[in-house]
Amino acid sequence: MADTAGALTVEEPLDLVRLSLDERIYVKLRGDRELRGRLHAYDQHLNMVLGDVEETITKVDVGDAAPAVRAVTRAVPMLFVRGDGVILVSPPSRT
Amino acid sequence: MSEQASKKTPTDFLNGILGQRVFVRLNSGIDYRGVLSCLDGYMNIALEQTEEYVDGELRNRYGDAFIRGNNVLYISAL
Repeated sequence: MADTAGALTVEEPLDLVRLSLDERIYVKLRGDRELRGRLHAYDQHLNMVLGDVEETITKVDVGDAAPAVRAVTRAVPMLFVRGDGVILVSPPSRT
Repeated sequence: MSEQASKKTPTDFLNGILGQRVFVRLNSGIDYRGVLSCLDGYMNIALEQTEEYVDGELRNRYGDAFIRGNNVLYISAL
């Protein structure tokens, strides 16, 4: 496969992730967690190393009144994500 | 034989709907609609122009989306 054509085409789903290396991506995880960070590395399991990560955890407070949805965010400089927790990965929009 | 019956295997069905708008439901009940750009043997899915629906309400849009195959409940063509 030619380097130029191979680098830019999406022939299998993981190519979408490959094209996002060194870009900021959005990752949706199990347990109502979301990550936004720069993709440094990944493998076929979707294990990933992310840098400059913002983690958002969505919690639902169940009280006597109407349940309230609360988002908690925190910053992590470098993170290894185990692939089995991944639901969705979205790269920055390609042009 | 009908068009659908002539698609012999599930993989043939999936290959037949590449490039079409599809509906993907995950085990969690979240739904995605988008254009199916490709699939692999794990049922990992790449979608374009993706819309995410939670309880039938549009929650998010993604230009491209990779969905890890283990979360997939079913895929249907729209």
